[in-house]
Amino acid sequence: MTKNMLIAGFGGQGILFSGKFLAYEGLLEDKSVSWLPSYGPEMRGGTANCSVIISDIPVGSPIVSNPDILMVMNMPSLDKYENAAVKGGQIFIDSALIDRKVTREDVEAYYIPATKLASDEGLTGLANMIMIGFVIKHTGIIPIENIERALAKVVPASKQHLIESNKKAIMLGYGYEG
Amino acid sequence: MAVVFEKPKALTDKVFHYCPGCTHGIIHRLVAEVIDELGIQGKTVGIASVGCSVMAYDYFDIDMVQAAHGRAPAVATGVKRANPENIVFTYQGDGDLAAIGTAETVHSAARGENITVIFVNNAIYGMTGGQMAPTSLPGQITQTSPYGRDTSKVGFPLKVCELLSNVDGAAYLERVAVNNVKNVKAAKKAIKKAFTYQTEGKGFSLIEVVSTCPTNWGLAPQKALDWLEENMIPYYPLGVYKDKYAQED
Amino acid sequence: MSEKVLMKGNEALAEAAIMAGCRHYLGYPITPQTEIAAYMAKRMPKVDGTFLQAESEIAAINMVIGVAAAGKRAMTSSSSPGISLKGEGLSYLAGCDLPAFVVNVQRGGPGLGGIQPSQSDYFQATRGTSHGDYHMLVLAPDSVQEMVSMTFKGFDLADKYRMTVMLLADGTMGQMMEPVSLDMGEVTQYEKPWAVTGTKCERKQNIVNSLFLKPEELERKNFERYEKYKAVEENEVMYEEYMMEDAEICIVAFGIAARISKNAIDMARAKGIKVGMLRPITLWPFPKKELRAVADKVKSFVSVELSMGQLIEDVRLATECTKPVLLCNRTGGMIMTPEEVLAKIEEANEGGKN
Repeated sequence: MTKNMLIAGFGGQGILFSGKFLAYEGLLEDKSVSWLPSYGPEMRGGTANCSVIISDIPVGSPIVSNPDILMVMNMPSLDKYENAAVKGGQIFIDSALIDRKVTREDVEAYYIPATKLASDEGLTGLANMIMIGFVIKHTGIIPIENIERALAKVVPASKQHLIESNKKAIMLGYGYEG
Repeated sequence: MAVVFEKPKALTDKVFHYCPGCTHGIIHRLVAEVIDELGIQGKTVGIASVGCSVMAYDYFDIDMVQAAHGRAPAVATGVKRANPENIVFTYQGDGDLAAIGTAETVHSAARGENITVIFVNNAIYGMTGGQMAPTSLPGQITQTSPYGRDTSKVGFPLKVCELLSNVDGAAYLERVAVNNVKNVKAAKKAIKKAFTYQTEGKGFSLIEVVSTCPTNWGLAPQKALDWLEENMIPYYPLGVYKDKYAQED
Repeated sequence: MSEKVLMKGNEALAEAAIMAGCRHYLGYPITPQTEIAAYMAKRMPKVDGTFLQAESEIAAINMVIGVAAAGKRAMTSSSSPGISLKGEGLSYLAGCDLPAFVVNVQRGGPGLGGIQPSQSDYFQATRGTSHGDYHMLVLAPDSVQEMVSMTFKGFDLADKYRMTVMLLADGTMGQMMEPVSLDMGEVTQYEKPWAVTGTKCERKQNIVNSLFLKPEELERKNFERYEKYKAVEENEVMYEEYMMEDAEICIVAFGIAARISKNAIDMARAKGIKVGMLRPITLWPFPKKELRAVADKVKSFVSVELSMGQLIEDVRLATECTKPVLLCNRTGGMIMTPEEVLAKIEEANEGGKN
């Protein structure tokens, strides 16, 4: 099985980090994985996105143009990528930042006010990981059991104290009943 | 028979190809004498540049690299960083150092690279046959300034020692000449000090030697020395432009 | 095998260089390869190495010349416009028979171009980065793992043949993360009796030089150098075959284009089209013999590349124009989709002419 995922939002929302987390957990599960960010001036305050592939077979192209799973954290990203998702794909939306619904009927849409939940729960800056928990719940892209070991790998050594809050954010998204 | 005058060990037996009256020969000899006197022949690496002294590797009996035009200080940086125990010097003319290689010159000085630069300024491109150099004097007639260097059109000569004296990384800058015995002695003293500074890890030094080019100036050797005295030295005054460690002497 | 870690191509490459014994990195910032410089700035001081940010690409490559002349492993990295500036130094490295490792993480051109992935420096790398008769050994990785293994091998080949090895990557290879093992084995040490380290007054002077004013001498030098290149062509060709056993159509692609082509091949195979790929890993020396042999078995070729058609010329030369070669290309930083490659495969399958 191959899961092609595209994560998109503003620079500063932790888009790339959340993708890296998924890829690392995939690696620890002995899957083939790749992570490819957008790069360049657009990163500085503009939009950011990354392609994540987690697969049972060797990854071919690391570029995801038609995602099975699309996670968006701002309106421009939904506008840009909604039609790119595959038929029958899953789209995850931070409804605190995007005030419209998915218009397509051949995909499954999931809504979570991640940014609001983050500020309500004292997890400011971790809306990305709330989204990730929500994605894990509905896609099973990685198992929820082992998130801590991947967090330990992707959280920089100097910031290991943040593992706990990241875990809390993921579990909050995982348990969210919309 | 007593030997009263010898060729420095740091020079090979190769006969210089330089024109009659050219001062490259004197400057080569001074550098070689200094290498001998400091006992550093076995650990010195020279960087030849592009210009009349392009084949300096034939004359200095030490390890040498021939560098691309203007890049000698960058090559020297690499050699020195690879083996800091080596004594590394570049030997460059005015076109090489002050035109195409200005960036390399200024930035190796800015980094305080622990190398020695021997800069031969004769105000003209010699090897290519007498074109205007960045150091050609206002009004100077060359192949590419046939009506004299017109500063309103091509600007002014670059005064390298003055320029680098504002660069914090430079340790020692002196302008010398080799047009008479007194100046030759002073030039050797300066070159020796520059190499000594390097052995002491004091950083970037540059010795500018105001020189002649009788062939391309179109003057007989003695006339060329007179022209240097009358025109070059007033524009390029001799002396120490910077010496970070002067008080220690 | 050591534990696999997830690393960015640029950073994995930098670490591999350090593992290969490189202690001198000289560079200048340019997107999309600056991670290499940043990584080296952090790592080199920890291994008693030198990281130096030069004043220009030109200065950086000349510093590489200095380090290489002094007998140490040196590298620089840049992206397309910066490689153009390094051209002068690359010619001198060849003329002086010095080993060096140079990375080009390509971006779109010409001119300042863009910063997105490209393969349009194929000619520059394999033909004429600069003046004079010479070659560089050009390696084209298609994964982060190969960024590592080709860097490690690249330093070895550079020393072995006393020539520049260029690693030709692109923005995706540099920016992507994949699992990678850094288990590279032992570094082979090469004697460098030609290096300028000071004579210690014990041997004749060493001169590192590319100036030979006598044409007879320069010609002899060039002939000698091409003997070396011949050995490289005989011994160092690397390539990968993918589903070539029964292939009737052969894709030729390297780097990211090869990765995309693999997806397209899988899609075409699902439709019953017998297509495979020969992926050159060395772009110079190019797998000429191998492609010539393939030409006798397949009905057509497709050159998949991120340029206006540069690789395709080598495919045609290698196959002596015996079979049609179709071009599937995007340029300027655009990347073809597997579907676009599939469409070209279908065209080739229906007997498309070049």
